[in-house]
Amino acid sequence: MFKYDSIEQYHTELRNGTTSCEEAVTFYLEQIQVHQHLNAFVHIFAEEALETARSQDAARKAGAPLPSLHGVVIAVKDVIAYKDHPLSAASNILKGFKSIYNATAVTKLLDAGAIIIGTTNCDEFAMGSTNEHSAFGKVLNGIDPTKVPGGSSGGSAVAVQMDCCMVSLGSDTGGSVRQPADFCGIVGLKPTYGRISRYGLIAYASSFDQIGIFSKNIPDNALVLEVISGPDEFDSTAHTEAPEAYSKALKAPGKPLKIAYFKEAIDSPALDPEIAGRLRELFSRLEKDGHQLCPVSFEYLDYIVPTYYILTTAEASSNLSRFDGVKYGFRHVDKKNDLNEFYCQTRSKGFGWEVKKRIMLGSFVLSSGYYDAYFTRAQQVRRLLVDKTNLIFNQFDALVLPNAPSTAFPIGEKSDDPIAMYLADIFTVFSNLTGVPGISLPLFWHSNGLPFGVQVMTNRFSELSLLQLSNQWMAAYKDSKQ
Amino acid sequence: MEVTDSLVNNLANLARLEFNEQEKELIKKDLQQMIGFVDKLKELDTTGVAPLLHMSEAMNRLRDDEVRGSASREEALQNAPETDGTYFRVPKVIKK
Repeated sequence: MFKYDSIEQYHTELRNGTTSCEEAVTFYLEQIQVHQHLNAFVHIFAEEALETARSQDAARKAGAPLPSLHGVVIAVKDVIAYKDHPLSAASNILKGFKSIYNATAVTKLLDAGAIIIGTTNCDEFAMGSTNEHSAFGKVLNGIDPTKVPGGSSGGSAVAVQMDCCMVSLGSDTGGSVRQPADFCGIVGLKPTYGRISRYGLIAYASSFDQIGIFSKNIPDNALVLEVISGPDEFDSTAHTEAPEAYSKALKAPGKPLKIAYFKEAIDSPALDPEIAGRLRELFSRLEKDGHQLCPVSFEYLDYIVPTYYILTTAEASSNLSRFDGVKYGFRHVDKKNDLNEFYCQTRSKGFGWEVKKRIMLGSFVLSSGYYDAYFTRAQQVRRLLVDKTNLIFNQFDALVLPNAPSTAFPIGEKSDDPIAMYLADIFTVFSNLTGVPGISLPLFWHSNGLPFGVQVMTNRFSELSLLQLSNQWMAAYKDSKQ
Repeated sequence: MEVTDSLVNNLANLARLEFNEQEKELIKKDLQQMIGFVDKLKELDTTGVAPLLHMSEAMNRLRDDEVRGSASREEALQNAPETDGTYFRVPKVIKK
């Protein structure tokens, strides 16, 4: 039977002839069937994936060199364009849509030999932190199906969690990769803003959005990042420098680090006491291992979620104006209507409630009379946050925070209280507001039987040191499996 | 601030969305809650702080003005709900 550990081990086995890409794809297709009730996938490309696997097996046996992601089985979130395949952002407004081009990240995956096995469920337009708001229905957490998997990239997280693929791509606008990784007990990386091209990623909030990577270990994550990062002539906000060879530099000798944490976050009454306790314990272990841990006062903690919601809803209301029932997707037909009514009816029937709510708030903060008081002010606060972050990273190598105030919570629990739901994003939106990379490391098991981790951030474009320390911490501080 | 019917109507029009009476009450309540929440920023003194407009430090990334490939007409129309083979079709804009 096929057993997966890491891309490196898989490639060794492929070279030794003890497994094949076809065997891998067959295994994952079976896993997807077994876990169908979790609703993680929206489209499965079974035949196509098997065919690619067979041709890769043939090429390898004929002596072709193995490209870096040869035969690596990957799932992508339903917001990332894969040419001639369905793409809907889990929204009815894109019902029936097929992408006519590849996202740059997808092109790079395919060029490196990856096999895309399917697309994964998510919150509609990546708006949400529970994966309860999807036109395809909610996703369940594989560890406990009465709990949410987190969101918005819940399907991608569960796909990796339940061994339905080797790695997966998500997108992270305010924590949509790190928080579901935390709730599902896997690794989730949100790189620096601009590290991975956003070309072909359906836009939610363009100055926040970043493609992220789910995996079970750091070397896999580093390798995929190295493949899909880099400058792109189709995305002028993509970083112009080529990425480093992360996967080959992970074992760099560990030096003592200066690590900051927000005292207000760890002491917050909203944070689960057991999570706070395990983090404090981690800090003392890090200190014992020679690192320096410093509490940093962060006076803006209460302002980051409001700032996030003003700016992201403003950008969303603008980005989502393209969905008008004319060029693609769903259209509401009523012959008697004029063009304006046609737009309104199409959009009202096509978008779900959470999306409409955010478009309305975004329209409000951008509207005449309120623009300066809300939108401009939030941009000013974003400047304060970035300045403060620069100060922190002038002094420290890394910043550590929780990922979420609690472990995965019951489905439906926060549906009636949007503010409680938004406040749960408090620890993750910081890195999207400031553009720094963040990773969720699945180090711990809670006494309630659910996993949780720690969030680590480094300075912008310092993914290498982030991945190096992550690799070390995963080896040194991870709880043994329950 | 208070979210009134006329504010909701105005925003719905700007956003090209429509709400029935029942939904209108709901969106009013949700907006009231969310605006109350983001009003927290008013506590901060931001005098003299330049708004942050761009996350990327790159400015004016220029390239030569040369013709590159783009979507063909067939591809561009492929996902449209209604076309005549050359153009997108929409309901009549100018009425008699």
